[in-house]
Amino acid sequence: MKKSVWSMCGMCTVRCPIRVEVEGNTVTWLEGNQNLLQGALCAKGSAGPALVADRERPQQPLIRKGGRGAGRWEPVSWEFALDYIADKLKTIIDRHGPEAIMASSRGGPFQDLVKAFTHALGSPNYTNHDSACGRNVHHASISLFGVGRPAFIYDIKNTKHLVLFGRNILASLRPAEVNQVMDMLDKGGRLTYVDVRQTLTGIKATNFFQVRPGTDYALALALIHEIIKAEGYDAEFVERYTTGFDELAYFVENYSAQWAAKECGIKAKDIHELVGQLIADRPKVIFHPGWMLSRYSDSFYASRALNCLNALMGNIEIPGGLIFAKGAGDCGGKGPRSLTDLSPKPTAKRADGVGEVYKQFEKGPGLFHLFYKAMATGNPYPVKGIICVRHDPFSCFPDPQAQKEALDNCDLIVSIDTHYSEFGWYADVILPESTYLERDSMIALQKGMKPRMIMRNKVLEPQADTLGLYDIIKGLATRLGLDQYFPFNTTQELWAWQLEPTGFTLADFEKKGFVEYADKPVLYDRDKLEGKFKTPSGKIEIISQKLNEWGFPSWKPYTSPAKPPKGQYRLVFGRSPLHAHSHTVNNPLLNEMMPENTLWINTREAGKMGVAEGDFVDVISGEITSVITAKLTDFIHPEAVYTVHGFGRQIPLQTRAYHAGMSDQKLMKGQLQNMDPVGGGLNLCETFVTVRKSSKNHQRKVEL
Amino acid sequence: MNTYTLYLNSKRCIGCHGCVVHCKANKRLPVGPILCEISHEPLKSVRGVPKTEFKFRSCYHCEDPFCVTICPTGAMKKREDGIVYVDAAKCIGCMACAGACPWGIPQHNPETNKAVKCDYCMDRLDTGLQPACVTKCTTHALKLVAMKEI
Repeated sequence: MKKSVWSMCGMCTVRCPIRVEVEGNTVTWLEGNQNLLQGALCAKGSAGPALVADRERPQQPLIRKGGRGAGRWEPVSWEFALDYIADKLKTIIDRHGPEAIMASSRGGPFQDLVKAFTHALGSPNYTNHDSACGRNVHHASISLFGVGRPAFIYDIKNTKHLVLFGRNILASLRPAEVNQVMDMLDKGGRLTYVDVRQTLTGIKATNFFQVRPGTDYALALALIHEIIKAEGYDAEFVERYTTGFDELAYFVENYSAQWAAKECGIKAKDIHELVGQLIADRPKVIFHPGWMLSRYSDSFYASRALNCLNALMGNIEIPGGLIFAKGAGDCGGKGPRSLTDLSPKPTAKRADGVGEVYKQFEKGPGLFHLFYKAMATGNPYPVKGIICVRHDPFSCFPDPQAQKEALDNCDLIVSIDTHYSEFGWYADVILPESTYLERDSMIALQKGMKPRMIMRNKVLEPQADTLGLYDIIKGLATRLGLDQYFPFNTTQELWAWQLEPTGFTLADFEKKGFVEYADKPVLYDRDKLEGKFKTPSGKIEIISQKLNEWGFPSWKPYTSPAKPPKGQYRLVFGRSPLHAHSHTVNNPLLNEMMPENTLWINTREAGKMGVAEGDFVDVISGEITSVITAKLTDFIHPEAVYTVHGFGRQIPLQTRAYHAGMSDQKLMKGQLQNMDPVGGGLNLCETFVTVRKSSKNHQRKVEL
Repeated sequence: MNTYTLYLNSKRCIGCHGCVVHCKANKRLPVGPILCEISHEPLKSVRGVPKTEFKFRSCYHCEDPFCVTICPTGAMKKREDGIVYVDAAKCIGCMACAGACPWGIPQHNPETNKAVKCDYCMDRLDTGLQPACVTKCTTHALKLVAMKEI
């Protein structure tokens, strides 16, 4: 019997809506939802069924037999594994209190379940990966607009000019967004791309600036300077909706195009030309404030400057600009219920110090890397149990060795994931979650110009002894006497409860695979934006009262990034459209397309080292040496070397990915706590590595 | 007379290689055979921007295909609409077709021990659908063009 199922991709965290055809228990066709994506899907999306079929993912719960990381596992039943974890959790709670347990999951629409479980335990310590991703951008947005990054939708399709600082939008891709960019370019829109290297995005650009690594903030400040000098900003908007403009004008006085050109290694005339274009294209100009912008020690301020440029363009709440993401309430509707509403709000202080020691950071998910401090020192209190759900901190954060040392203070380490993660390999228990095609997920609200409810339907019956996340959490909750917070026996019961206040039923999802709250984009009256900016003053605070209160400047005087010593290079990393970080490297189809990464080296620098295209090079940081193939290019700044993140995995059961390529995060020795003090993001591009031609390049063959 | 060709709007192509994987997933191919490919020339600076164009290549579905002539079992066929395809029931996996093709287009499927090649997803075409690479192209850059329309 052939059936067609609406669902949601899970190959990366973009979570594209999909439609899947199934015969028996096999996928026969899988495409992007025609109603939103007109069928479009990326390479990763098509490789989903290959993930399901892959036997190199955990097939049943596993409990560690040898030492941590030794890779000796005992296959056990779900009953046994859940009993084992519940017992350990009870012991930790008895000895240290529930706050000694922390949990982390991917951010986004499905974090509710893990967060609710953490709160039900009585712990405030829910966290996610974001300190290695968008925290700087999020906090920069809050400091300026009073609302975080998810509060805005970028109406790229209707803009005239999209400016991207290292946001490699066409490679680190979201299919719906990519189509907006291509539509905008087809209509004659302009794209300005700033990066230390040329990328799949940059090749489509109208203007390309190859800057010295770490100088984004300089260029952004110069743009502010020149736009103010030319009086090219939206004076009416600035007057009406912002505070602190005069201080900003004073602050940027010395940051001219001439100055930035020298600092960034670009031409002043090109900056002037860009400024002219921006003023002509205003207000339909979007400065992308960054996606993953945990890079340099001033990334928070770079993002703040980019968002400030949006305010100067007056692009808020207009087509082709930044539009407030609308919720169900903006359309006169009600959103689905959350499980966190059922669990008690935790009262204990967070172990990561967020909200107490670090008042500048939003409490929500806190900052994962700071929990390692608590584990290592026992301050403010011991953290003894950790559960990571579909999150691999060893691939995500710098210096896995330092992370392991902190984790050695834990009595219980649990990894819940669809595949073997590097963290899972070091854990005490691996609970295999069903892949996204084999599980249901909670209903979630996706805010936007047209807010909608989205859901993931199980497409296939699990092909191994795995469970969906609700069943795993419910199983643990039952054993811990927390059943009242998870009263639903099946996901179907949970969905019905979630949908109750919305007035919609599951049947409403059948037509398109999602439920929309509005037929047309919902825009606020641009003349009545008062109250939309949740800053103390209710305006866009170019000079932030809160930052001031916490003792941080709203604008940090620019400091030039360090030049790498001779023979060393700044290690930068990025994404390929073929892989979702480390998750997909062992996927048979995606591995075939891209089995390993390379090290991009500037051609002239490689010449100095005697390295030719395809040679092996040693990449050295502290006592860590990695060997990787060199790729030579003229289009990377000579101070930088670049690689695709996610490779260099060391899990023997992932035979395709095992030791293939190089891991950037393992080379980031001593960087685990190198954090932007204002934005909370880790400074992931502040590692210098030594590069040399490797002795592994065989000069002679000594064989029979 | 060939009816169809696959056209890539290189302005819209972002080189994501989605088409290659869409094709493999649809034909449920194991690691090994790849039926279409995306390539590009090295980057060259054009008015200060390093640029390149992407190219798409699959089977050319020749007017007089050598692969059809050489096939010893008559498994390689050309339809009336020009589509050159493998009749899997007749294929013995000798791969003479690949040797005869100037571009080595037919590939060996190690799981079935048969030749496999782009057939414009004719099973889909025959039910009014588009080839997998076209339907799912990330940026809608690939189009199946009926030649008569030009």
